[in-house]
Amino acid sequence: MSTFAAAQLVAAREIRVKLRDKTFLISTAFFLLIAVASTVLPPILEGGPTEVATADRTVAAALRQAGLEVRAVAGDAEAERLVRDGDVEAAVVAGPTVLGLDEAPDEVVEALSTAPPVRLLDPDATDPFVAFVVPFALAFLFFMTSFTFGLQIAMSVTEEKQTRIVEILVASVPVRALLAGKVAAMTLLAFGQIALVAVVAFVGMRIAGVGADVTALVGPTIAWFLVFFLIGFVMLATLWAGVGALAARQEDINGASAPLQLAVMGPFLAVLFLQENAAAMTVLSYIPFSAPIAMPVRLFTGDAAGWEPVLSLIVLAASTLVFLAVGARVYEGSLLRTNGRTSFATAWRSRSTVG
Amino acid sequence: MANVLKVEAVNRSFGDRRVLEDVTFSVEAGRMTGFVGANGAGKTTTMRIMLGVLAADAGEVTWQGAPLTRELRHRFGYMPEERGLYPKMTVTDQIVYLARLHGLSVDAARRNTAALLERLGLSDRGGEHVEKLSLGNQQRVQIAAALVHDPEVLVLDEPFSGLDPLAVDVVVGVLRERASAGAPVLFSSHQLDVVERLCDDLVIITAGRIRASGSRAELRAGYAQPRFAIQVDTDAGWLRDEPGVTLVDLDGARAVFDLAPGTDDQAVLRAALARGPVRSFGPVTPSLAEIFREVNQ
Repeated sequence: MSTFAAAQLVAAREIRVKLRDKTFLISTAFFLLIAVASTVLPPILEGGPTEVATADRTVAAALRQAGLEVRAVAGDAEAERLVRDGDVEAAVVAGPTVLGLDEAPDEVVEALSTAPPVRLLDPDATDPFVAFVVPFALAFLFFMTSFTFGLQIAMSVTEEKQTRIVEILVASVPVRALLAGKVAAMTLLAFGQIALVAVVAFVGMRIAGVGADVTALVGPTIAWFLVFFLIGFVMLATLWAGVGALAARQEDINGASAPLQLAVMGPFLAVLFLQENAAAMTVLSYIPFSAPIAMPVRLFTGDAAGWEPVLSLIVLAASTLVFLAVGARVYEGSLLRTNGRTSFATAWRSRSTVG
Repeated sequence: MANVLKVEAVNRSFGDRRVLEDVTFSVEAGRMTGFVGANGAGKTTTMRIMLGVLAADAGEVTWQGAPLTRELRHRFGYMPEERGLYPKMTVTDQIVYLARLHGLSVDAARRNTAALLERLGLSDRGGEHVEKLSLGNQQRVQIAAALVHDPEVLVLDEPFSGLDPLAVDVVVGVLRERASAGAPVLFSSHQLDVVERLCDDLVIITAGRIRASGSRAELRAGYAQPRFAIQVDTDAGWLRDEPGVTLVDLDGARAVFDLAPGTDDQAVLRAALARGPVRSFGPVTPSLAEIFREVNQ
């Protein structure tokens, strides 16, 4: 049997086990819920357009043109009553005077006044809410997914070591097939989960009637994010597998994976706090560990040139190859050392198994 | 090419510690070969190297004259000393999975699994998680894991440790069956009485070196002093004064004694008959434990 066929068998088992795992199913449902909630809810909560009562036809026409909802009434008295009762937000009575309950209805005032022409020198195309939520969501998704799935890879490797089944496995298939199967299975599941969330979020935005300008911006960002995620996750997954092999028992994983946890959490926090710092974001978008978050964010904010994601992706892919080799070597060197935690150096030196 | 599994001049060190030194022996087809040695003598390391779990520093392992490859090893059945299975997988899923890792098709894997579980008395446990089984049953599942792909060669590290007597009988039955079908079977054990009962051939390892190997009968003959036991009706104490006789054990009318080289055992028998009836008289074959002790001295 070829290494590839063996890796497929290993991956199939991992996926079967995972799909029966309640934690996985619940976390997927949870992410989907957040995706739906964060895209569909805000427009709904904002409510419909402001409703204005008026008896004046010309005023009504001007208000409609400004996108407000007009309720035609017989006279000013009725218009005032509607405002007092809270049935409409504002009314326009003779004068014309604008009636509000406790605050000046700016939209109505604006619709009826002649504003001087305005020319913005640095127009901010995106809604500030969207501008905040998209980078945060990307960073959070990558962090959560690579952390939880990564930890599960480590646990699944340690489980095989701790239960000693690993010796039967190693006697049957090449160590690399074991590693490749595990990484492939988890990448597939993590990518599937995140792609599902992305699609749901995107569709949610369309349904919620978010402007075409926003979807046109978010769409490519999500697409780039998925590509970066895929490669970035493979890199981390191999390292998690190596870390899992260093630990002899589940209890050791936390200690063994501390540096890796930092490498996952650091970029998340850095992108979150340095979002406004263009220079820092440029650097972050080329460092392999933070690129999967920082580059899509820069693309979203329009700070990155067209060639930049491609270059960053090449850097990421190259370092993934390097880390694949590192992770695989550590994995091979420590898999059969079942007595206590193996140090990185020992694992690196001892290539005891036969390919 | 003969179906012989050969270990040839295998060396292995862990750091500065030499654990195997020119280990050479062969496991013949159709024979049960017992692999005995004290703890830490190198049994497990040797077996791991045979299965390719560990690499040898020097030397090689051959099957039918060809150095072992992963393809060839797929036809090996291996039971490691450190047992292990996925605790949260059902018995059937687990065995089918391991069979498939050895290259069996889904159908063949399912078929073999069902047949083997039946044989091991685990048919009604197929759907249970391994962690829910009793220790004895977990051991049987482990045996199934080693045999499910119809291996042509069996290498079993301490297959009987932790087994209840019934399970030992089942396993012995299965191993005998494989051996008589022509498979070389190598098994290690520290239970010398079990090895004695089962093995056709014997390999004794001490501190990383093979000290003796060959058929059990040969080894016995090689290590047996001319020792005899006699049972008479009266006290056998007179043997003490017979020329060439060294008493090993005297218990009233029963005695065990060694003969000096060149002494005729029949002369001793005649002397005994002259004194009265002899109920039994014959050579004593040394037990494996005795050979083992002597080899280790």
